[in-house]
Amino acid sequence: MPTRRRIHLAARRGFSVTRPPKSVALTLVTAMFLVYALVPIAWLVINSTKTQPDLFSTFGFSFGDSFALWDNLVATLTYDDGIFVRWLGNTLLYVVLGAGGATFLATLSGYGLAKYRFPGRKAYFAVVLGAVAVPGTALAVPTFLLFSQLGMTNTPWAIIVPSLISPFGLYLVWVYTVESVPTELLEAARLDGAGELRTFFTISVRLLAPAIVTVALFAVVATWNNYFLPLIMLSDPGWYPLTVGLNQWSAQASGVAAEPIFNLVVTGSLVTIVPIIAIFLFLQRFWQSGLSAGSVKQ
Amino acid sequence: MTRSTSTTRKAASALTAAALTAITLAGCGSGDDPGSGAPAGSAADLDAALAEGGELTYWTWTPSGQAQADAFMEEYPNVTVTVVNAGTATEEYTKLQNAIKAGSGAPDVAQIEYYALQQFVLSESLLDVSGYGFGDLEEEYTASTWSAVTSGDAIWGLPQDSGPMVLLYNKEIFDQFGLEVPATWDDYVAAAEKLHAADPSKYITNDAGDPGFAQPLIWQAGGRPYQTDGTAVTVDLQDEGTKRWADTWNRMLEPGLLADVPTWSDDWWKALSDGTVATIVTGAWMPGILEGSVPDGAGKWRVAPLPSYDGSATTAENGGSAQAVIKQTENPELAAAFLRWLNSSEESVDVFLDNGGFPSTTAHLSSPEFLEETPEYFGGQKINEVLVDASENVATGWQYLPFQVYANSVFPDTVGTAYTGKSDLNAGLQAWQEQIVSYGSSQGFSVNK
Repeated sequence: MPTRRRIHLAARRGFSVTRPPKSVALTLVTAMFLVYALVPIAWLVINSTKTQPDLFSTFGFSFGDSFALWDNLVATLTYDDGIFVRWLGNTLLYVVLGAGGATFLATLSGYGLAKYRFPGRKAYFAVVLGAVAVPGTALAVPTFLLFSQLGMTNTPWAIIVPSLISPFGLYLVWVYTVESVPTELLEAARLDGAGELRTFFTISVRLLAPAIVTVALFAVVATWNNYFLPLIMLSDPGWYPLTVGLNQWSAQASGVAAEPIFNLVVTGSLVTIVPIIAIFLFLQRFWQSGLSAGSVKQ
Repeated sequence: MTRSTSTTRKAASALTAAALTAITLAGCGSGDDPGSGAPAGSAADLDAALAEGGELTYWTWTPSGQAQADAFMEEYPNVTVTVVNAGTATEEYTKLQNAIKAGSGAPDVAQIEYYALQQFVLSESLLDVSGYGFGDLEEEYTASTWSAVTSGDAIWGLPQDSGPMVLLYNKEIFDQFGLEVPATWDDYVAAAEKLHAADPSKYITNDAGDPGFAQPLIWQAGGRPYQTDGTAVTVDLQDEGTKRWADTWNRMLEPGLLADVPTWSDDWWKALSDGTVATIVTGAWMPGILEGSVPDGAGKWRVAPLPSYDGSATTAENGGSAQAVIKQTENPELAAAFLRWLNSSEESVDVFLDNGGFPSTTAHLSSPEFLEETPEYFGGQKINEVLVDASENVATGWQYLPFQVYANSVFPDTVGTAYTGKSDLNAGLQAWQEQIVSYGSSQGFSVNK
């Protein structure tokens, strides 16, 4: 049995799942990915310390003649009557209501589809699976026309309502529920007299926590980075999220009335990614356990 | 940053194209003369509307927009104007087209560049303000800007700024390499060769392919590639003038004498700061921008007339915007009154000039105070004399396409490939023409028939 022998050999050399064999090639490839991911961030950090003339006149990966990080931060937050703070607030609003709502709805419906039997369930399953395959960008223009007929363009609802739908999140909760919420447990709870809602909130939600956090993370990242939908839905900068706002600042460098503020674009970009990196680091252990959920049959 | 910007632009232009398809169709479907819808009224009606007051929304990306609106509201306290920066140029047009198509959400007054104005006229998006006595304002503006906002008797807006083309050159570099200020394009090509041979890191100018740059130069060269009469459109991007420009530009493009840096990119601003490019072929609004945003260039730059083909002073218009009343407005008289104040009152134009804009009003262009200015940034040169002289020498007879925004969006796919391959621009122009003809025909125009 060759397979068993190989496992046997590996065990004798002291390798295990937690102590895999070292591979130089693999380490190199991973290191390259690390560099690929970190170089732009390093560029962003270095260049957010430069004044605009320094940005134009010094090398990208060296510091400029002056250290202007603090000035840049103050200018970013106060430029145009503090519009950046407003954009930050808008992004938070869209994330809390949009991503929060998406997580809530995905949990409810994923759980429901996994644990209850009702007519049309299979058709629903097919629709959800199909929806996972359609990229949001492709739906942006039809969504715009729909919302303009409802008179809801250029309002926060035009961003929040489409963000509430997360077929992928629904699918993830569904799969996770099947794997980790035993039907016997629910039946026991019912026998003890707990209602369906009580069972859901006191038992199932706790078991589903890793899946919920994973779905929430996906939704938060997607909403935080959402660009195309707000770009076409909104025309009032007062409702822009950070992504579209930063692009407007960047576009200010062109045309007849050009007023480049590249130092604010760079610093603003840095400020924009800090919260999302923090959220990710804070919640990544849930993310990991969520991703591996259901991958091993116990 | 460059990469993300270009991706954004691509997305934006794709969307513009999508939105415009529908708009142009709507324009052709009706078959009416768009000029027939001018509301009857008079200048007195506008004064009454100002006294009565109301609310207006004004879309602009002009830096002085808010300050102008504030001055207006101080003078007419019953009127409230909300200034919205809905994006720069094509980004704004996309949103404007979308709002017009959706039937609500468009502003009362919007900034639209001259080259894009006809497209909005054709889709019946703008209000003809000729009925409010705007015809009396004609003599206040330069001939080239007035002709850009009118067609026949119809008046589709009022000009704000203008951009007669001039040559900005870095005198420090010219002195260092012993270059003469070129009077003709032959001189210019010779200077390009001399500079790049002496220092291969330096270029006479940058050009990575930009329709907003190529077309004014074709205009100056005598090309008149577009003619529109109703829905009959003629396109000839191989006429004598267009070829003259392309042949001259080929002499710099093919040997690699033009820096491959897109205008307005961060690399471009950098190139202006560190002396990589020695000249900018641009509109008269550029000196104000250079002074405001390239502090490293202080004292180095000078302004000269645009080189020509025959030593004459002939030039063309590059850029510039009008403001127009959007037909969707619920208060056309108040919107027209605001427009009249915005682009013809002394108070408003002064605010615009204080922000470094270049006017389209002849009174300001000929005022001694304006002509005598000697900005230190330009070494004390009386630059406005050169700029105003250019505004008086703009060649006449140029027309843009009625779907120019779309045509410009496919320029990179056609003429742009000649730029990237450093090959014959004429081939690129022919490819561009094919795209323009097929798009125009698909939108119901009779193109080249």
